[in-house]
Amino acid sequence: MHEFAIETKGLRKAFGRQTVLDGIDLTVRAGTIFALLGPNGAGKTTLINILSTLTKPDGGSAYVAGRDVVRERDAVKRSISLTGQFAAVDDMLTAKENLRMMGRLSGFTADEARARTAELLKLFDLEASAGKLVKTYSGGMRRRLDLAVSLVADRPVLFLDEPTTGLDTVSRRALWETILQLRSRGMTIFLTTQYLEEADQLADRIAVIAGGRIVASGTAQELKSRVGEDMIELRGADDELLAVHATDGSIQDIRRTLNELAGKVPADTRISLRKPSMDDVFVALTTTRLEEAAQ
Amino acid sequence: MITSRTAPVRNASLAVTNAVFIGRSVRLSLRNAEALIMAIMLPVMLMLLFTYVFGGAIDPGGDYVNYVVPGIILLCAGFGSSSTAVDVAQDMTSGIIDRFRTMPIRSLSVIAGHVAASLARNLLATGVVIGVAFVVGFRSSAGFLEWLAAIGVIALFILALTWLFAAIGLVAGSPSAASGYGFILLFLPYLSSAFVPTTTMPGWLQGVANHQPITPVIETIRALLAGTPIGHSAWLAVVWCLGILLLALAWSLATFRRKAGRR
Repeated sequence: MHEFAIETKGLRKAFGRQTVLDGIDLTVRAGTIFALLGPNGAGKTTLINILSTLTKPDGGSAYVAGRDVVRERDAVKRSISLTGQFAAVDDMLTAKENLRMMGRLSGFTADEARARTAELLKLFDLEASAGKLVKTYSGGMRRRLDLAVSLVADRPVLFLDEPTTGLDTVSRRALWETILQLRSRGMTIFLTTQYLEEADQLADRIAVIAGGRIVASGTAQELKSRVGEDMIELRGADDELLAVHATDGSIQDIRRTLNELAGKVPADTRISLRKPSMDDVFVALTTTRLEEAAQ
Repeated sequence: MITSRTAPVRNASLAVTNAVFIGRSVRLSLRNAEALIMAIMLPVMLMLLFTYVFGGAIDPGGDYVNYVVPGIILLCAGFGSSSTAVDVAQDMTSGIIDRFRTMPIRSLSVIAGHVAASLARNLLATGVVIGVAFVVGFRSSAGFLEWLAAIGVIALFILALTWLFAAIGLVAGSPSAASGYGFILLFLPYLSSAFVPTTTMPGWLQGVANHQPITPVIETIRALLAGTPIGHSAWLAVVWCLGILLLALAWSLATFRRKAGRR
């Protein structure tokens, strides 16, 4: 077992003149959940595509399960499975047929594939609809099947590209539960997300990606401490946003912030307290970086 | 149990991979009932149209059905294999191809599966067309060997055309674009000896009609089934089909690799 399931150094990728990844260094410990957090277009999918051997990097190196993703592609493929952004299942086949097909493609005999299919249908609570065409499934069911399909072969490293985008709250929480269960079985999970809350709930470590660079990484706690525990939001009479201030949430810090603001904002300004969002972390991290660069 | 008790240490063999993908495509074809019915009904309708509506005007002797059947068979093959372009484009743009590509299998087999299913689908449709042809008065002088040779030529033609449509599906950015490009090819049978002898066409059009692949293929089938003189048609037909097949294969392979590397 390698200490790091995923390791990249100086990974670069450009499409034409547009640089998508500009020197990515990261390590993911085996048996942990790693979340890559960033807005659309930050390079998340490109990074997943490189790590899962779909795209060749222009420079730098990447190892998955100790194997080079370019030179040892076939060995890497035997260690990974990918659940892409869009459910990759056949609509005109049933769940059972989709799973069996993947079983056979993963090297199982027909009997083994049948047994594995039954196991996964049960685990993902799809037994009742196992014989129905996937096109009749709800979004949550499709996503469950999609994940089940990528677990057929039981590979040690799982890539999940925005696994809960477009899901309702109940389906999202159920999927989080499953992902946590996978970790407890020793799987390494590399997921991308736009939601801080998702990274917060799931990941052992988070890296924030922006403009093709990792702008920060650490545990959820470490990242949030760079922004503040809570955010004070100031809104004017017409509910327009006046300002956002980070605070540690303690009474003295909030009082100090309000004292500083007194007189600077209209008297009818309303305040509210909320948890930091992805945007806050993102704004805070990218501006810190710019300030560091300026010094 | 999320982790399997029976985790495979081996990869799926190429034979199993191909068999699975052929099974998948055949199943998808059977479930796409509208497309399947269209692929069979359209040529049958065309045959009835040409035999009963246009036939009398084209050949007042009433023997037109014997002339037109080979053309209808090829029209049917062209139409039936054009849906391969849509199926391939669908797979290439839906994300399922990424899953196959990250597995230790030869992912080009997905395309081979569609081609094999198209061949099966089209031979079935051809069988139905020939059956209906007999009902409406088609009579053949062909013996067993001639029939076998005719079916061989038809199968080769379907295979070549299907790979061409597969390549179009790979190149096209979306299933609807694939369907659009494929449509152009479906006009070729009309500019051949399929429905009328090329000698009845204006001189400049004869040049086109005589030197395009459909005409020798049709003349070969006609010679085998109806006993018309075969001339150079047989080897021309085979050369055309093999040429198209090889070019389409090379085009498909190159496009598949290029798309894999670019993204």
